Amino acid sequence: MNPWPFVIAAYGAAIALTAALLLWAYASMRRAEAAADALKRK
Amino acid sequence: MHALANPARFLRFARPATNWLLLIGLALAVVGMVAGLTLTPPDYLQGETVRIIYIHVPSAWLGMAGWLGIAAASVSQLVWRHPLAAVGGRAVAPAGATFAAICLITGSIWGRPTWGTWWEWDGRLTSMLVLFFMYLGYIALASAERERGGEGRLAAIYGLVGAINLPIIHYSVLWWRTLHQGESIGITGSSIDSSILWPLPLTMVGFTCLFGAAALMRMRAELAEAKVEARMRRMGA
Repeated sequence: MNPWPFVIAAYGAAIALTAALLLWAYASMRRAEAAADALKRK
Repeated sequence: MHALANPARFLRFARPATNWLLLIGLALAVVGMVAGLTLTPPDYLQGETVRIIYIHVPSAWLGMAGWLGIAAASVSQLVWRHPLAAVGGRAVAPAGATFAAICLITGSIWGRPTWGTWWEWDGRLTSMLVLFFMYLGYIALASAERERGGEGRLAAIYGLVGAINLPIIHYSVLWWRTLHQGESIGITGSSIDSSILWPLPLTMVGFTCLFGAAALMRMRAELAEAKVEARMRRMGA
């Protein structure tokens, strides 16, 4: 059994999920902080 | 910890800390993974599949550390009424759930060529799956409590009681000797050869920094949302 497809799949899943977590956390932070700043300027 | 109880003071610390954790985390995780994929030799028994440990072990550690963080935040909330404890618990949960999921997925992928099966209901795998579902329960409960304007005490009690699963996960390989191998990395040493082991601390520290960055970003988001809600209430009143 060729092990490389398993290794690549494991790394792919780990990178994709970590990237999704970071992007979601970053986007929600930017959105919330922008809304708070906009309200402060009003 | 009490010095950071003031949200303004916390934000002065969190803003630069988020950037540093992201930068250091990305650099270490990428270097560790590339080194683990290209510079280390294959294991004499597992062959190339041993390379999965560089992502599986950090994700297992962070899946458990995340709940330890929730339990610490719960104690801080219930005992000292730390104003940021509930926010901290809610911020850590999605990162903990993500790394528990990564641990389960990478373990399953490693298990197919090594054990000949994707899944086995043994003590370690089952208790880790339970931890993942507990994260989902915590996220649902904490969100529902927050939407109803609660202080998050129910979620804190749930977080504290749920910590009982952590020693079960840790000692499962000793209590129930089934398919998952025993402890190969401990505080005092490791049974893995150093030629294979050396990239692991890089990915451990790297993914831990990324976990910290994700949690800080969620805390900043929650604090900003709370600020908007408070201002909207004042404007409406």
